[in-house]
Amino acid sequence: MPSTLRRTALHDQHVAAGAKLVEFAGWEMPVQYEGVAAEHRAVREAAGVFDVSHMGEIEVSGPQALQLLQRLLSNDVAQIALELDGGGAQYSVLCREDGGVLDDLFTYRLDTDRYLTVTNAANHERDLDWFQTHARDFPEAQVVDRIDDYAMIAVQGPLARGIVQAISDAPLPARMTAATRRLAGEQVLVCGTGYTGEDGFELLCSPADAAGLWEELVRRGAVPAGLAARDTLRLEVCFHLYGNDLSTERGPIEAGLGWCCREDTHFIGADAVRAVRESGPREKLVAFAIDGPGIARQGNLVAGGGEVSSGTMSPSLGVGIGMAYVPAEHAAPGTRLEIDVRGKMRRAVVKQKPLYRKGS
Amino acid sequence: MAEASYPEDLLYHPEHDWARIDVADPAVATLGITWYAQDSLGEVVFFDLPAVGASVSKDASYAEVESVKAVSDVIAPLSGEIVEVNEALADDPQKINEDPYGEGWLVKVRIADPAEREQLMDARAYAATLGG
Repeated sequence: MPSTLRRTALHDQHVAAGAKLVEFAGWEMPVQYEGVAAEHRAVREAAGVFDVSHMGEIEVSGPQALQLLQRLLSNDVAQIALELDGGGAQYSVLCREDGGVLDDLFTYRLDTDRYLTVTNAANHERDLDWFQTHARDFPEAQVVDRIDDYAMIAVQGPLARGIVQAISDAPLPARMTAATRRLAGEQVLVCGTGYTGEDGFELLCSPADAAGLWEELVRRGAVPAGLAARDTLRLEVCFHLYGNDLSTERGPIEAGLGWCCREDTHFIGADAVRAVRESGPREKLVAFAIDGPGIARQGNLVAGGGEVSSGTMSPSLGVGIGMAYVPAEHAAPGTRLEIDVRGKMRRAVVKQKPLYRKGS
Repeated sequence: MAEASYPEDLLYHPEHDWARIDVADPAVATLGITWYAQDSLGEVVFFDLPAVGASVSKDASYAEVESVKAVSDVIAPLSGEIVEVNEALADDPQKINEDPYGEGWLVKVRIADPAEREQLMDARAYAATLGG
């Protein structure tokens, strides 16, 4: 492992737990502990805990914070509520002028004029540069890189809420809201969000407090889970992974993310997004399941046009699943596809999203 | 199988494959992947069975094993013709992890060139290539 890799505040916990560590976006991260299948099952049936401290944070504050974010983010940032007890959370994409996707992001409202946006590790520097460049047009908005100030722990699964509640000083925020709480005595931004399709929280805390919080969650039954399980969990519920399902080469409408684009807010790329929305995209991102044996992988070509953007074996469903960009006329659920998996044609069927639902 | 092991009755290829020469019929060898290979892969979720009758060439890929994250080629330690495949792996590919030298065997081949055996390593030499 190259020594230049960054380590999270939980590195010692991962090593002690016997994690297999891999390079991911410049970070040394746990890909798995005991095994992907068991970690995946723990999140679906009980609770898992993930170190996602490699993700970045950008804080935007000041009287023009909303205006800057409205310009940058595809969603209507003015819709993020602020209650006495905490703020809302909102998903959006960051687009170039041509509509190509630079990143997909969650933004949390911390205060009247203060927002925290969580970036993907591989995109953090580019996002930060993009934010700072456009902030020049909004002198009353400050952009601050907060990546070194936060560790991030995701607790996910049907038992996650109870585990976190048991160490919280106050009732926990609802889904899609965020509030500051004391967890096991330490101040934590508790966010009712996640990347698994299960109930749970993403916890943003000081790196100095991360190890104690992690150990408390594990002691209360949350099973350490790695990036491999995070990927199978998110793909079963058809959440996008930047670099696989999203890139600057395609826009949010093609990716099925038109729901988080509000062109009337005039975000960068809004005109390009509107044009594709009105004319209809040539390609669409579909979910598929392999009909028979085999696993399609990113980059496999679809007969008749298109390519697989993500593929894996679904631990919950027991079949190969994935997402693919295909010509719009092949995107309806039930459409049969043939995918070239390293020279073997594998049959697949376009499915409704998500591929996995509770109880299915 | 949680702990590394490299049985002494096997011959090893540097690409982390093993061959067991059949005691009753030395013209036949059983092939599989080593403990190190399955541990590096992680949980095997798919083994695409090759066809009986297919030829395999020493040092060339004859099959693929897939873990959750990746696909890996399986390299033939010996040349020959496949005479049997482990059909049980179609439904239970994780046997490759659980018992890589037993129920996780992959194929049996009729050996084309017995002299190739001389190029393979014994357990001690193979384990030494793995370091630490």
